[in-house]
Amino acid sequence: MRGISVRLKALSKSFGKVVALKTLDLDVKAGELVAFLGPSGCGKTTTLLMIAGIYQPTGGEIYFGDRRIEHLHPRDRDVGMVFQSYALYPHLTLFENVAFPLRLKRTPNTEITEKVTQTAALLGIEHVLDRRPAQVSGGQQQRGALARALVKEPQVLLLDEPLSNLDAQIRVQARGEIRRLQQDLGVTSILVTHDQAEALAMADRVAVFSTGELQQFATPEELYRRPANVFVARFVGHPPMNLLDGEFANGQFAMGDVRIPVPRGHPEGPGSLGIRPEDANLDGEIPVRTVVLETLGRENLVTVRLGTADIRVLVDQSIRPKPGQAVRLGYKPDRVHFFDQGGTRIGL
Amino acid sequence: MALLPPRWRLVLIVLVAFCLPILSGVAWLFLTGSFDRVHGLIPQGSVALKNWRFLWEAVGGRPPIRVPLVNSIIFSIVVSTSVVLISSMAAYAISRMSFPGRRMYLGLVLVLHAFPAVSLLIAIFYILRRLGLFDTLLGVILVKTTLELPLGIWLMKGFFDFLSWEMEMAALVDGMSRWTLFRKIALPLVRPGLLALWTFSLLSAWGEFILPFTFIVSSQNFTMAMYLQTFLSEAFADFGMLAAVGVFYALPVVVLFMIGQRFLLNIYSGGVKG
Repeated sequence: MRGISVRLKALSKSFGKVVALKTLDLDVKAGELVAFLGPSGCGKTTTLLMIAGIYQPTGGEIYFGDRRIEHLHPRDRDVGMVFQSYALYPHLTLFENVAFPLRLKRTPNTEITEKVTQTAALLGIEHVLDRRPAQVSGGQQQRGALARALVKEPQVLLLDEPLSNLDAQIRVQARGEIRRLQQDLGVTSILVTHDQAEALAMADRVAVFSTGELQQFATPEELYRRPANVFVARFVGHPPMNLLDGEFANGQFAMGDVRIPVPRGHPEGPGSLGIRPEDANLDGEIPVRTVVLETLGRENLVTVRLGTADIRVLVDQSIRPKPGQAVRLGYKPDRVHFFDQGGTRIGL
Repeated sequence: MALLPPRWRLVLIVLVAFCLPILSGVAWLFLTGSFDRVHGLIPQGSVALKNWRFLWEAVGGRPPIRVPLVNSIIFSIVVSTSVVLISSMAAYAISRMSFPGRRMYLGLVLVLHAFPAVSLLIAIFYILRRLGLFDTLLGVILVKTTLELPLGIWLMKGFFDFLSWEMEMAALVDGMSRWTLFRKIALPLVRPGLLALWTFSLLSAWGEFILPFTFIVSSQNFTMAMYLQTFLSEAFADFGMLAAVGVFYALPVVVLFMIGQRFLLNIYSGGVKG
């Protein structure tokens, strides 16, 4: 199974007066797994359904390799798709579900049996093939849906929130399996998810969407290290980044009466300062007061108050300040993020 | 019955009391059909087979029983099958596709459903005569099917509305056309609805009286309901035979109802289980 590159050129979609996707340009390399990440209603699923051929784009072009395909019926696009609800056909056995795409292609029966069994074995569901979807577990349904998508050896695999109906425990296991399978098969894949941990864990590159617009398209490391704007900064990383609104001037960040010294490279004038909880500590110089302590197990999450803002700090489990206790906030100077008034990243 | 708590025993008694007129009517039908004479509900004389002689001989200038029987069977089956075919396609389109005038069409269908069909009899009479379909079974079949469609369309739309969109999308991605999807995925999943609608229309057509009575005159085209009516319109009605024909006419309905009640219950709950 070989992948193919996917290119979206000035793609857009409106439903009546509602703009679901503003102009989108995006390239997915052959064999790559790209995640579309964003809150609900951000346009990520709309984009996926346009690639699948369920929705007609309002404008723009879609290419698979060099072939322009946005006008083609889904069946002529050679894509496999897994849906959030799995969307298995409830009246058919898992075997028939997986066999369905092949039957539609008029594949000979012996070949169907062979391919279905092979794909099912790959996903570990060969022992439940004679059951109907309602008679197997959620995890098996999910694999059944994946098998149905993969059995026709598609050039592009589309995954629409494929893990969100699974239990937390199986989910972590399943995301590793899907990733390994995808790499083994080398099939170009697009994963739609609202779970940033899932996107970071599985994808080669992540496209972050908000309100119908692409916010940033980068590797997971890049998203985490250098978020392009305030939205990405808040959405990627857990617990989320602390963002303080204030004014930059003369090497200082002023927020009301509070002044924080900041390293070089900051903008001048109003803007925001961002610091991740894991890049802050309680060994610094800025006097703050503890608001609440949450025990996470390996670490503790301490919320402290600076002026009117709450800041969350990840500390070692041995550090347990009591609510109301005065502590001293510090941070790694090379890990602070600056954003201008419009929320766009400034500097490194 | 012993398990029934006292409060429910009372409810049962009240319900039986309300059903008494109907129950006694049914009892009268069976008794009158089976015995020589019946005074009230008390049979007089011996069990009489002569009331059932319509089964093997033509009675009083009427056609033999097989004529209205076959007509009624054709009428009911063609009507119910057409209703199921047409409503399921129309309902799928309404439920799943967007086309101009969809809302208006839905409203129109609903109005037609509420419209009293009897008030259309005269107009339909002219139309049938114009088309050369007056006094034909086909004509009545067309009229009955049309009048049953609004209910069928709304009913099936309810069933199709329950199908998941993602499943349809999956089917399209799997390589199905809309038409294959309709036949292979959507229809099998609304099977309870199809069976319910089919049974319902079959019963409704089997019991239909006013349409055949208005639009059919030749005895060769009589349906069972009309055949039964001929016994009432005589100067000296033979109540014994009238009752026997009544029982004979009701029998298929009872049998079908017993087989089909599971599906019919679906209509009233209106759900579809994946």
